[in-house]
Amino acid sequence: MTALNNRYEFVLLFDIKDGNPNGDPDAGNMPRLDPETNQGLVTDVCLKRKIRNYVELTQGDNAGYAIYMQEKAVLNNQNKLAYEAQGLKHVAKKLPNKAEQAQSLTKFMCDQFFDVRTFGAVMSTEVNTGTVRGAVQIAFARSIDPVFPQEISITRMAVTNEKDVEKERTMGRKHIIPYGLYRVHGFISAALAEKTGFSEEDLELLWKSLTEMFEHDHSAARGEMASQKLIIFKHADKLGSAPAHKLFDLIKVTAKNPDVPARHFSDYNVEINPENVSINGVEIIDYANV
Amino acid sequence: MSKGIILKVWGDNACFTRPEMKVERVSYDVITPSAARGIVEAIHWKPAIRWIIDRIHVLNPICFENIRRNEVADMISQDKVKQAMNRGNLSELIYHVDDGKNRQQRAAVILKNVCYVIEAHFELTEHAEASDNEGKHIDMFRRRARNGQCFYQPYLGTREFTANFELIEDRTAIPRCHEQLNGEKDLGWMLWDIDFKNGMTPHFFRASMTNGIITIPSQKEIIL
Repeated sequence: MTALNNRYEFVLLFDIKDGNPNGDPDAGNMPRLDPETNQGLVTDVCLKRKIRNYVELTQGDNAGYAIYMQEKAVLNNQNKLAYEAQGLKHVAKKLPNKAEQAQSLTKFMCDQFFDVRTFGAVMSTEVNTGTVRGAVQIAFARSIDPVFPQEISITRMAVTNEKDVEKERTMGRKHIIPYGLYRVHGFISAALAEKTGFSEEDLELLWKSLTEMFEHDHSAARGEMASQKLIIFKHADKLGSAPAHKLFDLIKVTAKNPDVPARHFSDYNVEINPENVSINGVEIIDYANV
Repeated sequence: MSKGIILKVWGDNACFTRPEMKVERVSYDVITPSAARGIVEAIHWKPAIRWIIDRIHVLNPICFENIRRNEVADMISQDKVKQAMNRGNLSELIYHVDDGKNRQQRAAVILKNVCYVIEAHFELTEHAEASDNEGKHIDMFRRRARNGQCFYQPYLGTREFTANFELIEDRTAIPRCHEQLNGEKDLGWMLWDIDFKNGMTPHFFRASMTNGIITIPSQKEIIL
């Protein structure tokens, strides 16, 4: 496990075709919208869920890559997970000091669970013991242009209850967005990674999960979702060498023809523009091209 | 106050949760001194220093929006972790987020399009050593803030609402507050900060905003 020596930020562009990327429980599961701009929103927790699912799927049996926040469907896989606990057991019993015990608990959780060291977890029955602040911080994703959710009525040629048998069929509703390109910003603190043990290997897995998470998340509701571009800002050192907002401003995503509704990723221009701004040795990495 | 710093912070959203409304979170109208301290500490902090927030300038009109999310009900219990460590297997250390019992839909009333200027200074604490002179820490903070460096990206109340930041070098360069904020506004009782030394005792203050500027009382004025 190699410790992280650089701060990172990233911009992920993902799109959706004829689907609902993230339903709003307050609006009858319509796609989330910013009511003022009609831009689509996808919450941070929605994306974290997909990262967890991806890691669980690909690393299921590997020690140290367990997922604490699980979806119910994979209950049985969990039992297979084994790990080496000798050293930890010893430490927890032997150290008399309470603070150190708490630390060993926190370390145990970080070592075992990918999501704890990546996103953090609140592990406190008492005040101030073992809250883990993860290395990775993800903001809300927002669509580049306003999105227009459509309500689609669908029918089912069967009924649920015997008494409805005369009706012959039932109606349902789906909400879809014909097309939306979303942009999300993420932050990785090397300083917090040091505390949780989030390593270079974990980082590589995170990049992979960001680009591949939608490949394993297909469902009737989602339509076609895909990661289109992952751009990584690698700072020269742990604390970083440039303000995050200035780096994000270097990535411009615009519709090629604003008068026509976009329906494909190729309807957008993505410009990575390091010219005008001094970027102090921040390396811009286009992940797909590495 | 020559040893002070002035930091501009802004972001799309923010949630400075009112402690009395934290199940379905409702944000305060403006950033709390405690959240402002957290932002400053994300850029530079050492046990040798204690940041003190002096003034907060609210640059944008106060505007709310509503968001509902699926959240989990519980925290990880320390005992369960201990048991798993002793047992040497993780099988019961899982949290099923889809389970109805563990899942809660919670709404949050959050702030939108916020921008603040934080004026702060620090004091040396009992952990300060001979090498901890004030100039060193001020210079470190300013250098980091100027270059966009931080220990972790600061955030506006909760981590999904990241904060952009920029050092303001000179008082005359502080942007003016929005004209909608002109006049006096009573913001009611707000969290001042939490006293971590005394069993997490929260302290409150009566916040009022004059032409967009909130003057934060000192510790002496708060703890009688």
